[in-house]
Amino acid sequence: MNAFLNWIEARIPMMRVANMHAIQYPAPKNMNFWYVFGFLATIVLVNQIVTGIWLTMNFEPSAERAFASVEYIMREVDYGWLIRYMHSTGASAFFVVVYMHMFRGMIYGSYQKPRELLWIFGMLIYLALMAEAFMGYVLPWGQMSYWGAQVIVSLFGAIPVIGPDLVIWIQGDYVISGATLNRFFALHVIALPLVIVILVFLHIIALHEVGSNNPDGVNIKHKKGSLAEEDKTKYEIHEYYTSKYDIADDIVPFFPHIVLKDLVAFSIFLFVFCYILFFAPEMGGKFLEHPNFEIANPLKTPEHIFPVWYFTPFYAILKAVPDKLFGVLTMFAAIGVLFALPWVDRSNVRSWRYRSGLHKVNLIVFAIVFVFLGYLGGTPQENWKIISSQIATIMYFAFFVALFLYSKSERTKPVPARISK
Amino acid sequence: MSEVSVDANKSAQDPSVPENSNRRKFLTVATSVVGAVGAGYAAVPFIASWNPSARAKAAGADVEVDISGIQVGQLIRVMWRSKPVWIVRRPAAMLEALGKHEDQLKDPSSENPQQPEYAKNQYRSIKEEYLVLVGICTHLGCSPQHLSNGAFSQYAEGVQDGFFCPCHGSKFDMAGRVFQNVPAGLNLQVPPYNFIDDNTLLIGSDGENA
Amino acid sequence: MKKWLALLLFVPSVTFAAGSNYPLDSVDIDLKDKPSLQNGAKIFMNYCLGCHQMQYQRYQRTFNDLGIPEELGEEYLQFTGEKVSDYITTPMPGEDAAKWFGGPPPDLTLVARVRGPEWLYTYLRTFYVDEDKKFGVNNLVFPDVGMPHVLEPLQGTPRKVYKEIMVDGKMTKSEVFTVESDGNGALSPEEYDDAMRDLVNYLEYSGEPSRLESESIGRGALIFIVIFFVFALLLKKEYWRDVK
Repeated sequence: MNAFLNWIEARIPMMRVANMHAIQYPAPKNMNFWYVFGFLATIVLVNQIVTGIWLTMNFEPSAERAFASVEYIMREVDYGWLIRYMHSTGASAFFVVVYMHMFRGMIYGSYQKPRELLWIFGMLIYLALMAEAFMGYVLPWGQMSYWGAQVIVSLFGAIPVIGPDLVIWIQGDYVISGATLNRFFALHVIALPLVIVILVFLHIIALHEVGSNNPDGVNIKHKKGSLAEEDKTKYEIHEYYTSKYDIADDIVPFFPHIVLKDLVAFSIFLFVFCYILFFAPEMGGKFLEHPNFEIANPLKTPEHIFPVWYFTPFYAILKAVPDKLFGVLTMFAAIGVLFALPWVDRSNVRSWRYRSGLHKVNLIVFAIVFVFLGYLGGTPQENWKIISSQIATIMYFAFFVALFLYSKSERTKPVPARISK
Repeated sequence: MSEVSVDANKSAQDPSVPENSNRRKFLTVATSVVGAVGAGYAAVPFIASWNPSARAKAAGADVEVDISGIQVGQLIRVMWRSKPVWIVRRPAAMLEALGKHEDQLKDPSSENPQQPEYAKNQYRSIKEEYLVLVGICTHLGCSPQHLSNGAFSQYAEGVQDGFFCPCHGSKFDMAGRVFQNVPAGLNLQVPPYNFIDDNTLLIGSDGENA
Repeated sequence: MKKWLALLLFVPSVTFAAGSNYPLDSVDIDLKDKPSLQNGAKIFMNYCLGCHQMQYQRYQRTFNDLGIPEELGEEYLQFTGEKVSDYITTPMPGEDAAKWFGGPPPDLTLVARVRGPEWLYTYLRTFYVDEDKKFGVNNLVFPDVGMPHVLEPLQGTPRKVYKEIMVDGKMTKSEVFTVESDGNGALSPEEYDDAMRDLVNYLEYSGEPSRLESESIGRGALIFIVIFFVFALLLKKEYWRDVK
């Protein structure tokens, strides 16, 4: 057996990669519950891919058959309803864990030097995920699928000069039609999943190159020769890390310590996930919207059109601006500004634990504003909401402006040199 | 189980217990087993979803056939589960001839379970007159041709009627029994069927015969 | 960020009263109540199926789930001569229907998931006579509804009832309160309400036939996850107790 494993190892470095990136990867020992969402996102990604493959076995991507084929899956395929609900609940779960993961990065400064690219890969995943989710929502060909696609595709019509032609090109028809459905299907099941998987791979490679951040924002890798022997970790760590740095006694190996911790988090997550999946898959119309149980009808717009909950903050920003082109630009700017976060924040202290009270307030207000925008974008339009969403939009951008201004000369607390001390 | 966990709780409070304690081994095994069982359950829906769906089952439902119009010697074809099923009204002479070439057959007395128990007889049928067969060659799934009124004798000496498979030359007699020296190994399949009344046949279910 | 989740969980589901703010009555949905579901199916097949289809659902599945023997179902609930394994469709030609009603009558398989049971329950009980309309009736929760009151033989002829309210110190007839039958229907008002509850119960079933199975599997899954959680937690603590 050993000889066989050596034979393989000499030809492809399975054990080396496993040791380097999983088993003997040094992870800060103070990583708290905020650090499980990356792992959970990976789990949800696998869930989406597997259930997605199974759904394509019975889904028919045509305007005539799409809606009926979803009901066919829900009623006539053994456990089809379960697989479909796993996929639809998984879509929302994906955004829940990704939003938590991103907010974690913000409060602990995980985007700061040297993790700028790591953050940018993460943002690219988020962007690809939004495109993936949007196109997936069109496939069941219900009323919300149709009119949601109509609204989102129309956004491109705001682009000067080429806009109207671009919309027709995207639709492949003069309206949203079977042609649109078919190309969205192709992108949803092949193109974007590939992009997402590749980006996740790059995200992890980048993470392991710079190392995991932690709630104290303290470095665990120290200059070679700077640590006394008793300050170095006793765990067996891959030489890829130990040859370049002294690894402090502040870490645990990824396996089994972090894996077990993730496993506990996973079972809690799974409990909530299964509860929704089996008992409330519509989540009161938030995960599966009521009008989407009615087949797409190009002649009748539903009374209220909302995107699914994970898009509503940006939808509220879009609606807040009373000009089409400027609204679209503002919405994309709201996403774009997140890409710039590593350079907007000019502080060199990472964690909010050691930063000013102003920074903490700024972060919390930002989170509340984001949730509030989500509420505004996901409920029927009322007069008070117009002004509210305009104020909230300004506050959303004000977070970044304020951060840029105060972070340069922020009054921070001294950061400890080591986690355990 | 309860005993183990009582011991285990004690050792949790006592840091002097060595690293590879029994508790650690027990928990590792227990967690792995529970996890593996969970993964097994999670696989069930994915495997089960490959079963025929309600639509496929509805399409494969029993088929009722009115046989009152079949002439003596005539063969009619019906679809059952997307497969051809032959119904032949055999004349008395043909039934008589069945006994004369049994030495040329691989399985003359239908020992292989290619027919329901109630059709395991000389004529491989419930009523002697009516032959019901799945028209799919037991070799590689082609549908054989019906050769009658002496057209079959070129393939089997002295046998007037039979089925000949154009794909690989397998031959069957008018009870669906396979001849020797052909690629097919088994007699043609008799589907489950029963007579609802004298003029109506139901293909797909055993009815009261079972 | 916890608020985010909390908000998600407790946002009240929107009550759908399309184009009307007539308050919706609550209805007691019980998918385990087989007699109620069977009665609902009977009403559906007799009164609704003439125009509305249930094209994603098969008779056979319905009979099996509702505890109706297939032979009885075929004899008493199938009027269109289809096989028991067929979908519940209507023979009414779509073009004629569109001409008569101004649009094809919607498929009702999923109507409970679109409208919600409360809306359906209230809608079915709030038709009223309105001679100005094409079919001589209107509806309190669905103003200008393009459908005749096909349940009139059961309910009798319903008329609007007004509530007396105080305006500027004197009582005036105002604000539609409810509808009241003239009592010529086959059912008493209470019986009619029960019948409509059965019909809505059946529609709720047809919207998601897997609901009961889902919940029973779900209970098992949740218990299993709790067991796994306990082991995983103990094992995690076991490995982490050395980490200071």
